[in-house]
Amino acid sequence: MQTDTTHALTPSDNLKETLRTDDLLLNMGPQHPSTHGVLRVVVTTDGEIVKEAHPEIGYLHRCFEKHSENVDYIAVLPYVDRLDYLASMNNSMGYAIAIESLQGIEVPRRAEYIRVIISELQRIASHLMSYGTYGLDMGAFTAFMYGFRDREMILDIFESISGARLLYNYMWIGGTYRDITPEIVQKIKDFLVYFKPKVEEYNNLVTYNKIFLERTRNIGVIDLKTCHTYGLTGVMLRGAGLKWDLRKDHPYSIYKEVEFEVPVGTGQMGTLGDCWDRHIVRMKEMLQSVRIIEQLLDGIPEGPHRAKVGKVIKPPIGEAYSRTECPRGELGFYIISDGSGKPYRVRCKSPCFMNISTLNELSQGVMVADLIATIGSLDIVLGEVDR
Amino acid sequence: MGPGDNVVMTTMDDVLNWGRSNSLWPLTFGLACCAIEMMATGAADYDLERFGCGVFRATPRQADLMIVAGTVTLKMASRIRMLYEQMPDPKWVISMGSCSNKGGPYWQEGYHVLKGVDRVIPVDIYVPGCPPRPETLIEAIMMLQKKIKVQEAALGPIGFARKQA
Repeated sequence: MQTDTTHALTPSDNLKETLRTDDLLLNMGPQHPSTHGVLRVVVTTDGEIVKEAHPEIGYLHRCFEKHSENVDYIAVLPYVDRLDYLASMNNSMGYAIAIESLQGIEVPRRAEYIRVIISELQRIASHLMSYGTYGLDMGAFTAFMYGFRDREMILDIFESISGARLLYNYMWIGGTYRDITPEIVQKIKDFLVYFKPKVEEYNNLVTYNKIFLERTRNIGVIDLKTCHTYGLTGVMLRGAGLKWDLRKDHPYSIYKEVEFEVPVGTGQMGTLGDCWDRHIVRMKEMLQSVRIIEQLLDGIPEGPHRAKVGKVIKPPIGEAYSRTECPRGELGFYIISDGSGKPYRVRCKSPCFMNISTLNELSQGVMVADLIATIGSLDIVLGEVDR
Repeated sequence: MGPGDNVVMTTMDDVLNWGRSNSLWPLTFGLACCAIEMMATGAADYDLERFGCGVFRATPRQADLMIVAGTVTLKMASRIRMLYEQMPDPKWVISMGSCSNKGGPYWQEGYHVLKGVDRVIPVDIYVPGCPPRPETLIEAIMMLQKKIKVQEAALGPIGFARKQA
């Protein structure tokens, strides 16, 4: 009797031929706690290693650009608020600047002061949110509670100036919708006194935490060349080590009159441009925002808080582009006017869209858990990605 | 039927409803801006846990309350339906914010926005606002708890039959 030994399993030589492996297609989202909204990521995994991660967007496409063509210029403002709903003030400031340059409106100095103060407060609120949710992604629930606790104080200030907690509709074309009172200035001062030492507390709690460090350093490393290829701006670019901030390099409003530093990633704890670098840039930016507000609070000039603008805005035929530094990067508004009361075209250049498009590049060969760390450090807001 | 109304002994219904209404497990499911307010409701200042409704679950299999927080787009609508069907009975839905109620500010021109989440799933409580304040969401949850407390849970089709109040 003859036995066939050719197909027998021998441990070393034939194992690779006989053990068939296959890539696993993993679907992450659109309902997933750490995708920060309705992002779907189609992940191809080889065991625990991510081979490819393709973000699929469009679950929150709210027709902003088409919508703007059908309403008049002022009525676009509420929709601008809802683009990046964590930084409404910064968004509507960018849009207002575009319309002002299109129509040639000069903004009163008092309005400029208020605008900068408010948008820096909004930047702190947005970074606090980022801090909280990033901590949540990394398994630190306390960070979430701390972040929201202090964010509520900023929301209280915003509520007293605009009446709303999240979507304010406060930045108006030609200035701001309402004036701020001395009581509100005092409230902001009190907040700054309270908030300044808190940043160090956050850093001790999360940023320099051993577990957090191990989860974030050397993960999701992006170099400057890739940044330029994808057109990244904001924290992503600064985290990779380039000192580029529109408030400094292309100043708008009254940013050239205030002193502040642009924090950049240094690769202090790992590789330059990793998740931890992006996180520490956000933490340092909060302190710089405090510094900006402190310089402005005492010297708010008297005068009107809004330029005289008619109820119907009809800019002359032409086009305008505004770019502002939002918490997530450079937000651009390109507006074409055909002389009527409604915009002919409103194009929004969203920083989050660029950020999320790097996800595949950043997550090659990392573990599945590191993919979560990478997505969290991008700090995306899907309302702005999909528009 | 509240405590002290009559001398009816604790029935199966009352026990089940008491348990269900005071341990609602919502699905971690944010869509847009309202989700931020939903998170704020669960966070430090407003602390949803006080009302027995703070255990946000990441999977629909463990949840019994879906808070539809944000704009429902056409692309998302089928996923919401799927998530709803994955949740075990009995289950409840709170539609949070104008967008999921009736399309909200995207009612007129939003070609990709579903005009009301009740077109794909049944809704128990509608919360108005753009976005609603956390207090409003808390009130909606308390209303839902009242609604659950008069439900005929043990009898009839679970989650659907409701006792006449």
